[in-house]
Amino acid sequence: MKPINIVNSVIAPLDRKNVDTDQIISKEFLKRIERTGFGQFLFYHWRFDAQGNEISDFVLNKPEYKSSEILVAQENFGCGSSREHAPWAILDYGFRVVIAPSFADIFHNNCFKNGILPIKLAVEECDELLAKGLEKPYAIEVNLEAQTVTGEDGKVYNFNIDPYYKEMLLNGWDEIALTFKYEDAISAYEAKRVAY
Amino acid sequence: MAKNIIEKVWDSHVVYHEDGKPDLLYIDLHLIHEVTSPQAFEGLRLNNRKVRRPDLCFATMDHNVPTKNLPTINDPIARTQVETLAKNAKEFGIELADMGHPDQGIVHVIGPELGLTQPGKTIVCGDSHTSTHGAFGAIAFGIGTSEVEHVLSTQTLWQSKPKTMEIRVNGKLGVGVEAKDIILAIIAKFGIDVGTGHIVEFTGEAIHGLSMEERMTICNMSIEAGAKAGLVSPDEITVEYLRGKRFAPQGETFEEAANYWLSLASDEGATYDTVLEIDATEIEPIVTWGTNPSMGSGVSQSVPTADDYETESDKAALKKALAYMGLEEGQPLTSIEVQNVFIGSCTNSRLSDLRAAAEVIKGQKVHPSVKAIVVPGSHTTKRLAEEEGLDKVFIEAGFEWRESGCSMCLAMNDDIVPAGERCASTSNRNFEGRQGAGSRTHLVSPPMAAAAAIAGHFVDVREFVKQHA
Repeated sequence: MKPINIVNSVIAPLDRKNVDTDQIISKEFLKRIERTGFGQFLFYHWRFDAQGNEISDFVLNKPEYKSSEILVAQENFGCGSSREHAPWAILDYGFRVVIAPSFADIFHNNCFKNGILPIKLAVEECDELLAKGLEKPYAIEVNLEAQTVTGEDGKVYNFNIDPYYKEMLLNGWDEIALTFKYEDAISAYEAKRVAY
Repeated sequence: MAKNIIEKVWDSHVVYHEDGKPDLLYIDLHLIHEVTSPQAFEGLRLNNRKVRRPDLCFATMDHNVPTKNLPTINDPIARTQVETLAKNAKEFGIELADMGHPDQGIVHVIGPELGLTQPGKTIVCGDSHTSTHGAFGAIAFGIGTSEVEHVLSTQTLWQSKPKTMEIRVNGKLGVGVEAKDIILAIIAKFGIDVGTGHIVEFTGEAIHGLSMEERMTICNMSIEAGAKAGLVSPDEITVEYLRGKRFAPQGETFEEAANYWLSLASDEGATYDTVLEIDATEIEPIVTWGTNPSMGSGVSQSVPTADDYETESDKAALKKALAYMGLEEGQPLTSIEVQNVFIGSCTNSRLSDLRAAAEVIKGQKVHPSVKAIVVPGSHTTKRLAEEEGLDKVFIEAGFEWRESGCSMCLAMNDDIVPAGERCASTSNRNFEGRQGAGSRTHLVSPPMAAAAAIAGHFVDVREFVKQHA
């Protein structure tokens, strides 16, 4: 997993609530057996019409947001299916950070396993970012170490993150390798485990 | 101190605890299917890692499998995915209910059917509807593929302890109102993210009056309320369901296990971080009209209007949903015509669901403009239904009687709702494009879906049954 600390980019303002993982990556693209190559299918049915042509007024199709590495949305981002293809698609498309007032639990966990930083800001703060980003391209700097988001106009937002996941992201650690260090505890648990 | 079942099961599975870190949680049962596992097995191979406890894993194919003309899978990519699971299960020594195997079926249907699902277990699967297994008093939740790999390697997961929530369903359910309507009513009332960060225990007279299959329907859709997991405290109904099941303990051990299971029920006076209540007597059959599961109303109601919402963003969300669904504000739900009916999915494809639907259609004919299919949740369910003659009831009415799988719930196989058409579906998600690009899904109970198949539009199944008695 690629470590992450500072990301500088224009934000991509996706002004929607309850963005579900079926929209992030539609079921017809779940049949691959690799982790890579899903970016081309991100938000497929919002980006493309039935003939495969780009829908020009969808935010990610606008030229000013095409190189964005930071996606901003509304509440309950990533709800629905557990498919990790959703964060794989987000990452492969080029995003490293998703900012929203809240995230669905499974999606939130999946981000940390893939080097994507999910940032929770207050509803009003996300509304403010979305408004600025929709008005004209708006760049921010995300600093994980400092737990800050700083706008190009100098506005600073602070965010909280579980220290365990912060360390994982900053270092890009392989969680399984870390867990192997708890082998004795796992074996001890298994020895006394109640199982029918 | 009085403890709730969530605390009891969680605490008994903590392998390692350190303040300020997630808990390292032991996993008792790992269910595996073909869509979310190939990358996990590949990760093991790349890192030269083994499966720690293949004996605690069980695999099957469900998402991609065809429901007719078995065993041919026309889509070569889907075929590769299914074959990859078979290869991985063999290589790593995991028991597999392969396509055509008598135990094959939707993973959340066969777990309980085989007795793999038991109270007090921690159960995971790379599938959000793993919450289904909570019906037995297990902590069961969906995980991503990286976590699948982590469980395969270590039989554990790092998990932050969720908050606890009680959703109490008071009173008795009315005739013709199903478990599906309870959970849809809960989601409509409290919202699709009410459970975020929580494990929910469903309690109350209406819940403990339900069969195990009905409890599974409720817990199945707790993810649609955003919950990490949903569960019901075990009682005698739980114990009797498990008696004699293949993977359940047998003989004296069963009685010992049963006592342990019953001891897991929430203690009198146990508390929760959040408590919500709903009155079962006020719930009527629900039809969803929008593009997430909270966008549903009682069948006697109409599609809401923008005036029913306070905030601009909610008004905009309504308009967007109705534009996708091709519905008008204020349109009566019973005026909505359907072209497809799907009875199936991990929510509603069990024997009791099929019986309830068959009861409604007995002696009737599917409306000429409707295409209706029944997809039993497993081979076993299909066999038992056929032994009762349910297949004949469906076929004579004009339904197609299919092989088991996830099918039209998410349309990964050939069972797709065409763009612009509606489906009365007993599944769990009405997201845009869920049943096929441009498809319009209305979530309902099995009897409501059956009645819509006959009438060609939504009807109140309670009235329908009276008229056709």
